[in-house]
Amino acid sequence: MLAFILRRILQSIAVLVAVGLVSFSLFRYVGDPINAMVGQDTTMEEREVLREKLGLNDSAPIQFLRFIGNAARGNFGLSYRTSEPVGRLILERVPATLELSFCAAVFVLFVGVPMGVYTGLYPKHWSSRLLQAVSLIGISLPTFLIGILLILVFAVMLHWLPSFGRGETVQVGWWTTNFLTWSGLKALILPAITLGLFQLTLIMRLVRSEMLEVMRADYIKFARARGLTNRAINFGHALKNTLVPVITVAGLQLGSLIAFAVVTETVFAWPGVGQLFIQSVQFSDIPVMAAYLLLIGLFFVLINLIVDLLYFAVDPRLRSQGGGARVAGH
Amino acid sequence: MASPSNNPPLLEVKNLRVEFPTRRGTLLAVDDVSFDIAPGEVLGVVGESGAGKSLTGNAIIGLLEPPGRIAGGEIRLEGRRIDNLPYEEMRKVRGARIGAIFQDPLTSLNPLYSIGRQLIETIQTHLPLSAAEARTRALDLLKEVGIPGAETRIDHYPHQFSGGMRQRVVIALALCAGPRLIVADEPTTALDVSIQAQIIALLKRLCREHGTAVMLVTHDMGVIAETADRVAVMYAGRIAEVGPVRDVVKHAKHPYTKGLMGSIPSLGVRTERLTQIDGAMPRLTEIPKGCAFNPRCTERGARCLVERPDLMAAGTSRAACWLHDRGGVGAPILKETVDA
Repeated sequence: MLAFILRRILQSIAVLVAVGLVSFSLFRYVGDPINAMVGQDTTMEEREVLREKLGLNDSAPIQFLRFIGNAARGNFGLSYRTSEPVGRLILERVPATLELSFCAAVFVLFVGVPMGVYTGLYPKHWSSRLLQAVSLIGISLPTFLIGILLILVFAVMLHWLPSFGRGETVQVGWWTTNFLTWSGLKALILPAITLGLFQLTLIMRLVRSEMLEVMRADYIKFARARGLTNRAINFGHALKNTLVPVITVAGLQLGSLIAFAVVTETVFAWPGVGQLFIQSVQFSDIPVMAAYLLLIGLFFVLINLIVDLLYFAVDPRLRSQGGGARVAGH
Repeated sequence: MASPSNNPPLLEVKNLRVEFPTRRGTLLAVDDVSFDIAPGEVLGVVGESGAGKSLTGNAIIGLLEPPGRIAGGEIRLEGRRIDNLPYEEMRKVRGARIGAIFQDPLTSLNPLYSIGRQLIETIQTHLPLSAAEARTRALDLLKEVGIPGAETRIDHYPHQFSGGMRQRVVIALALCAGPRLIVADEPTTALDVSIQAQIIALLKRLCREHGTAVMLVTHDMGVIAETADRVAVMYAGRIAEVGPVRDVVKHAKHPYTKGLMGSIPSLGVRTERLTQIDGAMPRLTEIPKGCAFNPRCTERGARCLVERPDLMAAGTSRAACWLHDRGGVGAPILKETVDA
């Protein structure tokens, strides 16, 4: 078990170094950073001095090691656009994205999983068929369109909810939160639904098909033969057996929610890292882009690590086999 | 050993019909089946695959898989009609009054819960016991079914047990609320031959000690001969013959039963070849007119092609065959006329 965790952590570090290589190559191949930093009237000599000072004349492996070393200490250099430290820029905006993703994930799990269970238990009922049909819309409509439609209905026509921004936020240490003000909470609703809708339909369909599968299993028939209540069978025996694949997908989805918040943040002018990323792309602000890539990589790696540990909590068969033979396949 | 005539029956099945609506019409999978089981009695039900024996068992525990449904007849347990109970009422009967054991012990247990949790859950569903009392009862049951080291094994998960041990756990689960009847559907088919005998002996001993009746569904005549008090032979959804196990095994009355017995190898008797019944059981869509067995029967007569026999007295057994009727099977059929 401990050996397994250690192995996973080593693998995670390897993945992060690989992501670091991609981020680093942005510096090397997406234009000359000196051009972005200096004015048109800077002489060649001055440029060369700057180049030497920034270490851009060193060999690529040395530069890469320096980049990784700095990144590991949270130092991503200065933004080309605002000349602020990139670490601080991102840290300021991470709370907005994480809170949005968290709300979307709660929405996905607490609405999607029960809907999946329901449609799996009563696949022939008209309401299940309706949910199935509606979920097709969730899958096929693009996120930005859903966002715009929601804004049109709930902000423009009904005036119930704000159409952009975070509303009032409260500073708790370095973290700014939406959760402590009424307007902050209201501002979360539309973006969270927009961000989560696609994932919600996905998880609903997954839970549904897993439930259909599990309900045919012999141990469910035997549980019925033992006279257990429907509640114990459906939620105790059946749902728990659907969890391993559901956890896998839910983990990936949480990563996607954070990464794909870019579109939703743009539609709702949400001041998160996704929006920062878009601005950086427009400005070729490579340090910010590189740091963003690494940050998303870090989130994915962390989530996957947690998912692997959850497998052990759910499935006793993995615990006694002493290793992640089955898990490693994912 | 209980004899069926002296005691009021524990289970009465009367004219049971189970049907499956399909697109091409309704299939009758169990057709007019009647039998009784006395308290403490072991009734063996044998037949080929598709004869309707498992469906009869499932109908009794109220777990026919849709679209299968009971289309007629009645099932009474201790005098109370149970075939038309609402789901929630029947749920309280299952596990508490009727236990069930299925074929595959490897898949009958939920892999994610310890066997103790599954036992305690079942006990507490049916009996008003505290968690600690239920655990004690679970431990006693595990010891009774012969799980060594029950105190530690109770917290183990199904995958940590061998097939035979798992079937013992399944038996403990079926017994845990003290049912009067156990429907055991092929309880040993998925096990090693060496384990089969142990499981059968265990089931037999436990049921004798608890006074539990058993409906033992199997296609293994050896198991029946060892275990059952009476045996019912099913063919194409109907009972072909029913009687005390000795008589049915030694002096079969129905040509189908004779064929079945002839196909079992026996030690000590030198036979050149095992006999076999020619042909296959008809599909539900193509059950012939008259006696369903007539195309494969070596003793058929003209009457067998037209009239369907019901169970009738044949010595100590009852058989659904015109051989045992006064009128007999009718005129012999010439081979040529059938082939033409």
